Amino acid sequence: MSDTVLKVSGVNKRFGGLQALSDVGIEIARGEIYGLIGPNGAGKTTFFNVITGLYTPDSGSFALDGKPYSPTEVHRVAQAGIARTFQNIRLFPDMTALENVMVGRHVRTRATALGAILRTRRTMEEERAIKARSLELLEYVGIRKYADYQARTLAYGDQRRLEIARALATEPKLLALDEPAAGMNATEKLALRSLLEAISRDRITILLIEHDVKLVMGLCDKVTVLDYGKMIAMGPPAEVQRNAAVIEAYLGGGHKDVATKAA
Amino acid sequence: MGALLPRLSQNRTAVWLAIAAVAVVLLVLPFAFGLLGNAWVRALAFACLYVLLALGLNIVVGFAGLLDLGYIAFYAVGAYMYALLASPHLSSTFPWIAQMFPGGLHNSIWVVIPLGAGLAAMFGILLGAPVLKLRGDYLAIVTLGFGEIIRIFLNNLNAPVNVTNGPQGITLIDPISFGSVSLAKTQQFLGITFPSVHLYYYLFLVLTLIAIVICVRLQDSRLGRAWMAIREDEIAAKAMGINVRNVKLLAFSLGATFGGVSGAMFSAFQGFVSPESFTLNESIIVLAMIVLGGLGHIPGVVLGAILLSMFPEVLRHTVVPVQIFLFGHVVIDAEVLRMMLYGLAMVIIMLYRPKGLWPAPEHGVNPASRTATQRA
Repeated sequence: MSDTVLKVSGVNKRFGGLQALSDVGIEIARGEIYGLIGPNGAGKTTFFNVITGLYTPDSGSFALDGKPYSPTEVHRVAQAGIARTFQNIRLFPDMTALENVMVGRHVRTRATALGAILRTRRTMEEERAIKARSLELLEYVGIRKYADYQARTLAYGDQRRLEIARALATEPKLLALDEPAAGMNATEKLALRSLLEAISRDRITILLIEHDVKLVMGLCDKVTVLDYGKMIAMGPPAEVQRNAAVIEAYLGGGHKDVATKAA
Repeated sequence: MGALLPRLSQNRTAVWLAIAAVAVVLLVLPFAFGLLGNAWVRALAFACLYVLLALGLNIVVGFAGLLDLGYIAFYAVGAYMYALLASPHLSSTFPWIAQMFPGGLHNSIWVVIPLGAGLAAMFGILLGAPVLKLRGDYLAIVTLGFGEIIRIFLNNLNAPVNVTNGPQGITLIDPISFGSVSLAKTQQFLGITFPSVHLYYYLFLVLTLIAIVICVRLQDSRLGRAWMAIREDEIAAKAMGINVRNVKLLAFSLGATFGGVSGAMFSAFQGFVSPESFTLNESIIVLAMIVLGGLGHIPGVVLGAILLSMFPEVLRHTVVPVQIFLFGHVVIDAEVLRMMLYGLAMVIIMLYRPKGLWPAPEHGVNPASRTATQRA
């Protein structure tokens, strides 16, 4: 077992005339909370979609837990151990919260159609295990009481939590969250933060894309900053915060004083 | 069956009593209908075949959310497979087959059912593979084309080599028999006389019940959840590690097996098949059954299939006498009226019960649903 969970380097992605990513790479150590930040349109979500297989990169090398993987098929990436959430929540809206999490167990279970039709003992046992584990995960993210609610009826913050529970159900080596705090109010953000800290304490590595600089700075062990598809800084949050290129990307030139004061 | 009767499931005796009552009704039904004439029992048997078809299509459309307008093709595949394997047609066309089977081609039901299911499943994959990336309207158009292609093939495959006998169809198809007991003849059991149609009805009923159990179990399984997930959000399903390709192909092939078995039974029951029975219209009627009954809800689908398949029979026996009684002569033909009423029923259903006559009960808890029903 290596101590690097995800090692990605040399990623290029071009959309027509737009170079969305040029030579981007990150290395995430086990147990870290890793932040990926940058202004709007910097290529964060594109990068995210590349490593999770939703977009095919023009070039790049990818290794998860020391094993190279090729992000060409989304379901294989999930199988390999990267679970993700979406910037615009993508739950299965008409299924219950519990069923949503149970779908997450799909990739780690093996019951076949024949097993289901014959209701073999193995299938039934597996089904019970799926349900028990899913309820545990709902409890873990704090929405156990909504297990039988339709996903679309949950409050916004709870939908975010449900998406995280569903991702955790796939037993990921890396949990990749695309702007989990988007649209949350201050209280919800605080609750989200303690959830992410709890997940991290349980030795699950997290990759976090976030707009909310305060959240990222407080939570992450390491941060990469993207701007116009290029990495402009990488390091611990405190260091990155003082980086001149970062300040310029966020605030434009000539604001160095303001930023140093804030830090 | 417990899953079908959730409200009674606390009380085991009540469940068993209910099941026993339903069983008795289903067993006695052909005799009750038989009093009106054997045509009615025949309609009952056909209703069972349509329930099979509707359940199969429901796997594809209702569970996995893949609109299929060519479903009847699998029915055709099953029907022609049985027709070719159990009629003199092949032996009379190909001398080498006649030599291999001097007694003629006859196959037992134990061979025919798995074979029909298997062949249809193969065709299901054949259809499914090229349409994996299509959704909605595009998928509907391709599947519609597939259904027509199969029918046109059957219509034209009498030259250069006469395989399907073209538009004339295949005749003299063996009836189904269990050992020496042929379902084509009236049989006596325990002093009760069972006409042929009754026997077929019982066979089809058994197949239908098996199909219902299979569907219920699939729905409540890991696979059923994967289908539902794909229906709701394909990208999220992929991101959860579901192999969308395999799961969709499984839906197409499992759905097709029901069609194949139903087709084989149809062929044996009729003793005759021709491409005319497998038109686009039939695909649409089967689709109408599941939409009218309640897409994705097994009891609803069964109800829809029974209603729409019995409906023409009812019309046939009422329209003419009623018109003669009212006007003294026949104004509208029953067949014309049937299509009109189908259309009307569809419009009314879409307006007042868009989720079908017997839709799935509100899935899980929905705090908003109470106000929603009040508004409606």
